[in-house]
Amino acid sequence: MYHKEKSIQIKNSASALYNNLCVLRIAPRRLTYFTVVHANVVNMVSASWDGLNYSHRQLQSKEPNVATSTSLIMQAAFCVLTSRDLLVVTSQKGIQMYESDGSIMVYWHALETPETPTEQAVFARGISGVWENYICVGVSSGAMLVFDIPSKGSNITLSEVLHEHSESITDMASECSGSQECIANLVTADDVGNLCVWKSGEEFQLLNKIPGFDMSCSSVKLWKGTVVAGYGTGQIRLYEAVTGILHAEVNAHARWIYSLDIAPFSGLLLSAAEDSLVRVWHLTMTPETNSVEIAHLHNECVTDTQICGAKFCDGDGYAFAVTGYDLSEIIRYVQS
Amino acid sequence: MSVRTLPLVFINLGGEMLYILDQRLRAHNTSEDNSEKGVWSENDRRIVMNDIVSTLFSKSFMDELLKPQKLYSHRTMKTVLTRIAHTSIMRLNPASMDRLYELMVMAFKYQVFLCPRPKDLLLITYNHMDTIREFVKDTPAVVNHVDETHRKIIEVYSSLPEGEFQLLRQTLLIFFQNMHVRVSTFIKNKIQNPNGRFVLTTSGPVPHGTDVPGLIRTFDNKGKEVRRSEFPTGGSYTSPVREGSFELHGQRVLRLGLNMYTVDHPEETHTSKIPSVKADDSPNLLAKEELNLLARLMGSMKVDSVPRVETRFRINLFNTDQEEEQAEASGGAVGSSFDVINIQAMQDEQAATQLAQIAGQFEEHAEKPETHSVNKGDDLLAMMDDL
Repeated sequence: MYHKEKSIQIKNSASALYNNLCVLRIAPRRLTYFTVVHANVVNMVSASWDGLNYSHRQLQSKEPNVATSTSLIMQAAFCVLTSRDLLVVTSQKGIQMYESDGSIMVYWHALETPETPTEQAVFARGISGVWENYICVGVSSGAMLVFDIPSKGSNITLSEVLHEHSESITDMASECSGSQECIANLVTADDVGNLCVWKSGEEFQLLNKIPGFDMSCSSVKLWKGTVVAGYGTGQIRLYEAVTGILHAEVNAHARWIYSLDIAPFSGLLLSAAEDSLVRVWHLTMTPETNSVEIAHLHNECVTDTQICGAKFCDGDGYAFAVTGYDLSEIIRYVQS
Repeated sequence: MSVRTLPLVFINLGGEMLYILDQRLRAHNTSEDNSEKGVWSENDRRIVMNDIVSTLFSKSFMDELLKPQKLYSHRTMKTVLTRIAHTSIMRLNPASMDRLYELMVMAFKYQVFLCPRPKDLLLITYNHMDTIREFVKDTPAVVNHVDETHRKIIEVYSSLPEGEFQLLRQTLLIFFQNMHVRVSTFIKNKIQNPNGRFVLTTSGPVPHGTDVPGLIRTFDNKGKEVRRSEFPTGGSYTSPVREGSFELHGQRVLRLGLNMYTVDHPEETHTSKIPSVKADDSPNLLAKEELNLLARLMGSMKVDSVPRVETRFRINLFNTDQEEEQAEASGGAVGSSFDVINIQAMQDEQAATQLAQIAGQFEEHAEKPETHSVNKGDDLLAMMDDL
């Protein structure tokens, strides 16, 4: 179904972090951006569609002062909003927002760090752009920061802080089908597997809370009102977002799941885990019976590699890219 | 990232260090040119193990490690571990210490990488502690230190949720990133590939708490299962084995963390670097935070009075003295060189107190301009080099 294509070499290897690959397709310029986190650096590659041009850029985590040692980055993700795209980088010290090509930093938000280190680590993790012009970022305390993004410029403001999760946020995702009919447009996940479903607005509204089973939910997606969640046990679960009804449960992987992605136009699902396997699935919705089904399509094994990021490169799922711990390349697969 | 890594790092790296030293100490003068001064007696070996274990597991040192703090650079870890090794009558030249450190780190990297569940990091740690207890079983006082530490670790870590352990594991993996030193015993046992990467199989038992992959279950709106189907997993997985014990004593079940070295096979500890990988280019200056930690750790190490012996026993991790010298000359040994001749206990204590005082001054004068503290940093580094 898929075959391996030429890999893209990156300047450093990928770190073992959840969802450690982000892809942004710039159709007008026939380019795709890839971001991979390595310790305190974000490696950005801009690849032309003809496969001839690659340009690299590195973004560093912002240091508050020289005396402290470097701050590790937890995640980097593109946020696609109606009026603009931004690249958000979250670290132990705070949140940085850049123009999507990484050229200019437009906003910096420092996390409150106590004077003496506490038992709980402090960091930001979990990033999502939400309709219409919000960017949400999670924090290790369980808090969610909601930023209001103007259509251009750097006048970004903190609009709200939400306190529904009591454990560290792991990932969040907005409704990716493009449909305006979905009531819920954001899902957030935490380290004990609790899922919160939201409706965005001047004041975000909590629509539902789906309890976890004491196992970290490391990656989450939201498509056509269905939450797709990946867990540390290697399981994938499909829930109806607004009601919390469990549609399906898959014993998908033998180790911790690190990344999920959905190709919104075709309903293809990508899952990747520490067991060195990437799996492609197909989701089908039957609105009449309100059922969702998942079928397995394809496996790829990245030998001896714990995978930490996997994303489709386009909305149909024609191609996908994979990163692994200690690997200095982005591996690409294309449909045969 | 995690602020609870240090106790596990030191116990596991220290454990690997002790496994290697134990193998070297038992070997009957296997150096090709008889360069090791004399054969180690049973008594000598016991003294060395007791000295190192009692320093590593001393209350003051462990208490310092248990404070929530970041994991810093390899340079700091190596400095502290070298100091621990040298609290005994044994000496290692810089080239041998470098090789020892590479072995320790690659072994621990292997264990963390293959750890089935993040929580199993504790079982790996307990495996190290169980073996260490065996090394010092004839000295009840030292066994007590190990037991006390074990109890503290159980107290601090047992209740952590799985997500926190994974964060801890991810922090460790970042620390080990890009290290692909080939270790001959790993290659021989087929757990490492010739390119330095560890082998990850898609077969065998799944971790405790995970289901064997392959099943899809579909439910209706009432929660009733309406269909089951299977998919090909591309691997051959089996049910989990029984869970190991997290108590002070017990069957750990997991084999990661047990001693991989056997007596009379010194070639097992041969290492080679991959030519293409560039050397550690961490900056010379350590950040103030890191210097503070270093000073605190060195200051907290309890140095029992070491007998004034004129000759120190040297351990060589290479085949001959010449090989060791060549390794050192070729730039293998980074950092300070140690005086092979006596370092008296008195001086150590003084040096340690002075270090702690300087560290204290850092905290008081936090407002001073950066250039000033950089100079102080240089002083502190110079002091460390003299130890």
